[in-house]
Amino acid sequence: MSRFKSKKGKDSPAINTSSLPDIIFMLLFFFMVTTVMREVTVMVKQNMPSASEVQKLERKSLVSFIYIGTPKESKLGTNARIQLNDVFANIEDVPLFVAREREARDEADRKLITTSLKVDGETKMGVVTDVKQELRKSNALKINYSTKKVKAGDLK
Amino acid sequence: MAKRTAPEINAGSMADIAFLLLIFFLVTTTMDIDTGITRKLPPPIDNPDENIDVKDRNVLKILVNSHDMLLVDGKPGSISTLKDKVIDFMGIHPNNDKYPEIKEVEVEELGGKIILASKGVVSLKNDRGTSYDMYIRVQNELARAFNEMKDDASVQYYGVKYTQLVDEAKSKVINKLVPVRVSEAEPENIGGGN
Repeated sequence: MSRFKSKKGKDSPAINTSSLPDIIFMLLFFFMVTTVMREVTVMVKQNMPSASEVQKLERKSLVSFIYIGTPKESKLGTNARIQLNDVFANIEDVPLFVAREREARDEADRKLITTSLKVDGETKMGVVTDVKQELRKSNALKINYSTKKVKAGDLK
Repeated sequence: MAKRTAPEINAGSMADIAFLLLIFFLVTTTMDIDTGITRKLPPPIDNPDENIDVKDRNVLKILVNSHDMLLVDGKPGSISTLKDKVIDFMGIHPNNDKYPEIKEVEVEELGGKIILASKGVVSLKNDRGTSYDMYIRVQNELARAFNEMKDDASVQYYGVKYTQLVDEAKSKVINKLVPVRVSEAEPENIGGGN
């Protein structure tokens, strides 16, 4: 009789895990809310140059992206190409792209749209200049040259 | 008949299901923040023949050719000295013909104080064959120069660096005192690159 008693006294009480799912759900919701699913598959090389004086792109919903670089698939050639949304495009398609991006936003937000140029470091400026000229013509004047952030001393 | 109570659902595996979902979102999340150099393009010009006259001494010309070489004010330059050159050029040098003209700005926010400002403009011109890497490096150096000047002005008038200014009105004053005056020339194809 006494043997049983002493054993029962040693047992530590089980931890109540009934609130564990709630904690996990909280974490889950946090990640669900902060997640931005990638909308486009980038088909061009993207090795961005580095810069020290960078600013953060705020309000991602007001940013439209233009990707420029040589195609990842080598059979598509080595010339720099422009990618708008999910397709390769020509320079003439840029104004239509800008117009569509404007259409997709609220009227009040339209003049706040920033165009982020995601350009590969090895690209020649010719293509970039063409794109910039088209953007000027379509009055999309706020642009952002996408770069990696490094400290000023680390720039070579 | 006695009321039948519904059997309790076993919630023991709830945590496992939630964990599974959590791990899925953890894996798919990209936390990277897009950073970059923000610039404003000049509005399209209606009449290309119409040129705005800017005095020669007010312009610091920076040319980048298709071999990524720099020409600063007619002399070959290097990226490492570019920042200091821009700061020197945009500084106030009274009675010196080699530097830009000086104008007086009355700043109401500083109690109507009259502050000397340079009329200088940095003109950046690149070739079609210039690499984007080089272009960004030049843009970055220019941004560094102007940020440094803003910091100096901010320390002088408010005692803190520009980036540490909390009051937006103060940032606006500094932006007025040190405007980022970088003009990009109309593109030209001289180097034959594409």
